[in-house]
Amino acid sequence: MNDQETLTILPPGRVPIPSVRGLLMGREVLYSFVRRDVTLRYRQTALGIIWVVMQPLLTALVFALVFGQVAKLPSGGIPYVIFAFAGLLAWNMFNTILTRSSPSLIQNAGLVSKIYFPRMLVPISVCGSALLDFTVSFTFLIVLMIAMGVTPGFAILLLPLWMILVLFLATGIGLFTSALSVRYRDMNYIVPFFMQFLLYASPVAYSASAVPSKYRLVYEINPLNWLLTEFRFSLLNLRAPSVWEIIASLVVPVAVFIAGAFYFERRERSFADFI
Amino acid sequence: MRDDLAISVSHLGKSYKIFHTDAHATTAAEAVMRKLRHPTARQSHELVQALDDVSFDVPWGEALGILGRNGSGKSTLLKLLTRVSSPTAGRIDIKGRIGSLLEIGTGFHPELTGRENVYLNGSLLGMRRAAIRKHFDEIIAFADVERFLDTQVKRYSSGMYVRLAFAVAAHLDADILAVDEVLAVGDLAFQAKCIQKMREVSTQGRCVLYVSHQLQTVSALCSSAIYLDRGHLSYTGEVEEALTRYRQSFQSGSEQALAEASRRGGTGEVRFDSVWVDDEALNPAAPKQIHFRIRGNDAASGSCYIRAEVRNDEGVLICQCDSRLVGAIWECAQGGEGTLTIRGPWFVPGLYSVDVLLFKSELLDAWTSACSFHVVTDLPYEGYADSAAYEYGAALAEFEYKVQ
Repeated sequence: MNDQETLTILPPGRVPIPSVRGLLMGREVLYSFVRRDVTLRYRQTALGIIWVVMQPLLTALVFALVFGQVAKLPSGGIPYVIFAFAGLLAWNMFNTILTRSSPSLIQNAGLVSKIYFPRMLVPISVCGSALLDFTVSFTFLIVLMIAMGVTPGFAILLLPLWMILVLFLATGIGLFTSALSVRYRDMNYIVPFFMQFLLYASPVAYSASAVPSKYRLVYEINPLNWLLTEFRFSLLNLRAPSVWEIIASLVVPVAVFIAGAFYFERRERSFADFI
Repeated sequence: MRDDLAISVSHLGKSYKIFHTDAHATTAAEAVMRKLRHPTARQSHELVQALDDVSFDVPWGEALGILGRNGSGKSTLLKLLTRVSSPTAGRIDIKGRIGSLLEIGTGFHPELTGRENVYLNGSLLGMRRAAIRKHFDEIIAFADVERFLDTQVKRYSSGMYVRLAFAVAAHLDADILAVDEVLAVGDLAFQAKCIQKMREVSTQGRCVLYVSHQLQTVSALCSSAIYLDRGHLSYTGEVEEALTRYRQSFQSGSEQALAEASRRGGTGEVRFDSVWVDDEALNPAAPKQIHFRIRGNDAASGSCYIRAEVRNDEGVLICQCDSRLVGAIWECAQGGEGTLTIRGPWFVPGLYSVDVLLFKSELLDAWTSACSFHVVTDLPYEGYADSAAYEYGAALAEFEYKVQ
């Protein structure tokens, strides 16, 4: 047993570097968390996976009615339901990851205070079930598009890239909010409120072109605006994103993720004492 | 670090900041407001030293018992060794993989089935799926839950739950196994099995760290022990000597006992010196004996009486024994010793704590959790049944059925 490598535990230093190796060793834990989430979400629900489709579909129908029929907002010649559904696809992934990862550490307080594993796996594991939801509703959207005669262009090949960027952005913010919520339970109130605000401040239910030009500048610094434009460009052949939007949407989510990971790592070793 | 050592701990310290309630921001808004108002002010807090300058080495093949009274830092030490919490001073070197069992069933999810939980728990404890699959049948056989594999664990009895949780941890390929107080539950036969399993681990040249209040299991299992006293390591070495020190800490006149006495409720005119039980693990039907010593006070006059209250681990009062009811009183000036024997009812298996109160016309001394004992699942009945047959009543009855 003398060939074992030695682990040295020291008091936390100033700038901890997130350990990629530790995360890789924890991939089995990650898998278990994802499995647990997925199993638990559909156990004891009568309709199970149907909810994954119903929820965005009903929302898209409401948006189509309110914004398309009542407010008569433009949707670039695309049926409003499909237009809204395409936006909801990106929005729901962002929303699911953020609202589930924020309280995730507190919900797993028993584990965090008793067992060692890379804590980052807890908020990150939320992505698994969010991706499953995404896949199911994406398939449904394709069916819907075929039924209504909407065809995407080659730009659809870029969809995985936009998807990964949404993943980075949501997880990055989720790392901040989950670490903060260990000490400040206010996060449980702030995050849902913020998300409600953001839903209307981003072009999910309506088109960005419907925004009056005097608000444009404030509007365009919203990363979700770029990502939603890119989603609709890939899926529905709508306005192509400008170069600066593409560059910004590549840089910001990755930067947010890295910053979130560092912040999380800095707090990680004190979680067990505070939770 | 020397080659023959599994763990080397040097000058380890852990302090917690205790914020005074009015000074500590518990909401983000409060924290922001305070920062805005006093940008440079630090929050006032007290440093509590849970562990201070602790150093010891554990060679391979050792089963180390960690002894100490509540609040002495045992659990903190295990948390630092298993990396759950991080130290504020010193250094720990660990060779090999450390597996922990700090609380039974952590990582078990009530909505998942036994099988799903074995995989979830196993991976949390650091096992690979392939390894879990390999040991799966052994784990299930050890826990004796074959029939309930695909039942959600929320429907398990507490005994089954504990057995399954221990079984998973016991089959870890960890080089070092850290165990905290898990054997307090489960029946005698299962406890013996657990001790056997842990002994195997240490004889295979691996290493066990064991924290328990059950002294018999410590002496049965451990090959050496350390004794912690309020965060300081006061003894390292022979198990017997550490056990003696632990027992002495309850005796009258010990520094610790005196310091604690002054914090108790009551006027303090006359106080209990010590309260103890001979045996911490008892059968349900066995008489429960609680011994106590009252320190007399020459300046006090009159007589006093005792009320002992036995509570279960949920704090429910099971019985109260007032000495006046059986005509026992003590003279305040002399004090004296005594023994309370509780013969009935038979207690349900579990952990019990005893509060003792001393009265004259007013309350003289109130000692909560003066001692505790643990009733094991060794039933005084002839038949055999699963735990549903006895665990839901408040007490076990001495009864019979006549079949006609």
